[in-house]
Amino acid sequence: MANYWNKEIECMSREDMKKLQDERLVAQVKHVYENVPYYKNLMDEKGVTPDDIKSTDDLHKLPFLTKADLREAYPYGLLAKPLSDCVRIQSTSGTTGKRVVAFYTQNDIDLWEDCCARAIVAVGGTKDDVCQVCYGYGLFTGGPGLNGGSHKVGCLTLPMSSGNTERQIQFMTDLGSTILCCTPSYAAYIGETLHDMGYTTDDIKLKAGIFGAEPWTEEMRRSIEKSLGIKAYDIYGLTETSGPGVSFECEEQTGMHINEDHFYPEIINPETGEVLPDGEVGELVFTSLTKEAFPLIRYRTRDLCVLTRKQCSCGRTLIKMSKPMGRSDDMLIIRGVNVFPSQIETVLIEQGYTPNYLIEVDRVNNTDTLDINVEMTNEQFSDTIKDVQAKEKELAGAMKTMLGINPKIHLVSPKTITRSEGKAVRVIDKRKLHD
Amino acid sequence: MKTIRQISVFVENKPGRLSAITQILKDNAIDIRALSIADTKDFGILRIIADDPDKACKMLRQAACTVTLTEVVAICIDDVKGRLSDVMSVINDSGINVEYLYAFLSKSDNKASIILRVDDNEKANAAFDAAGIAQLSEDDIKAM
Repeated sequence: MANYWNKEIECMSREDMKKLQDERLVAQVKHVYENVPYYKNLMDEKGVTPDDIKSTDDLHKLPFLTKADLREAYPYGLLAKPLSDCVRIQSTSGTTGKRVVAFYTQNDIDLWEDCCARAIVAVGGTKDDVCQVCYGYGLFTGGPGLNGGSHKVGCLTLPMSSGNTERQIQFMTDLGSTILCCTPSYAAYIGETLHDMGYTTDDIKLKAGIFGAEPWTEEMRRSIEKSLGIKAYDIYGLTETSGPGVSFECEEQTGMHINEDHFYPEIINPETGEVLPDGEVGELVFTSLTKEAFPLIRYRTRDLCVLTRKQCSCGRTLIKMSKPMGRSDDMLIIRGVNVFPSQIETVLIEQGYTPNYLIEVDRVNNTDTLDINVEMTNEQFSDTIKDVQAKEKELAGAMKTMLGINPKIHLVSPKTITRSEGKAVRVIDKRKLHD
Repeated sequence: MKTIRQISVFVENKPGRLSAITQILKDNAIDIRALSIADTKDFGILRIIADDPDKACKMLRQAACTVTLTEVVAICIDDVKGRLSDVMSVINDSGINVEYLYAFLSKSDNKASIILRVDDNEKANAAFDAAGIAQLSEDDIKAM
């Protein structure tokens, strides 16, 4: 029997949801037009006024916002409320350029935490649960978002933040955590450390994990589920729209329900900007319907995925998005071929290796090279060179089939590839150093 | 079957790896009877015969080494000229394939021991029995 945090919204009829979205969009566009000169200029350039937007059917008339806009308008250019009405900022790590700072009113925080509460309840969370939050706290949205959601649900919340893995496991065993929230790569590391410390899944009470903030594969999901003895659920979000909780997985584990009463999704052709029908792969675009302080209209996420309205067995009518196939930023173009790190991860786990890997891309004599460092496991190892090389060749062959290009595999000692406590660094693109 | 367990360790081609592995064995008072190393450009495989293979394997894995235990045949022969050639004839005549072998001398009794990794241990056991060649057990190795 499925549980809901807000049944009225999560199971709302499509007609009622459309009506709600239409009303909210009309009001939001007006709010933004009147309070954000940056976006007003974009609308004026396109010759659109708030009067042209009567429902979500008119959304396509509005201009897009991109990360470049956010950088240009940094820090206050997209703020729609006086600073005196704002109570919090959160920020991206800024590793890919200038950081993005997002502002929140108290109402924005409440709605965001409400979205996270829906995610926690969807994985079976109740006030009797012990929720261990090991996303980073601070500027990163992961910790504060799930922390707030956990409070709303009434779980006993363990605000661990990331790092100090042995202490994480100590708390997990001593206090009987039942729900774990962190990045999937950190969940894998916690599982590995748990077993290294001599514990088994019988020593912990975890039943579910809510993992997000980086791309991960179905194979990684199964590997974490086995290692921690739990059901692993995906959660999606981005600082620009609020943080985690934009969408979340239910017990069906077949994609994430979007909290579309707050975030209106579209899928577009990333080349032309044309809106694509449900079921087609394209770039995910979100419009914040309710955010007051930092309301982004048609924000291009750079995440590639598919939307589906197929009725879900959990009873929710909220539209579902597929696990992002990769952020267009993560995509590597190697010898003209598009390669996603998630494809490499899929092959590694299928072939029995650990999800710890490091991809090195370089350019030698004007040709791109792809090197994948993989940790050797006891299961894959054997006492003869011939057998080890055969395994290596088999792995390279599976990579070639998946990627379409030949990588060079390097087998390295176990635990020599740095473990991640937050977002994992999987790729070193040395070509950038030459440019 | 008369076999003993060899400890096979994955060694990445990086300075200090071999030293790190032998340090672990030293710290755990593991006595090495014989060893050999096979290597390629990128990695090597260290093969060890020790007095306590279970403990060695456990300690190495705990220290994050990749380790497997492999069943190998160990024989003991007189350390005289031409004896190895006789052994190889026995192997050859029995149709056994040797993946690799390495040898070590006993400390006192003029004997040599040979560790053989073959494709069929049972066949090797039978061939050595028939030829009257002594085969060692793990207890024999431990007692050395």
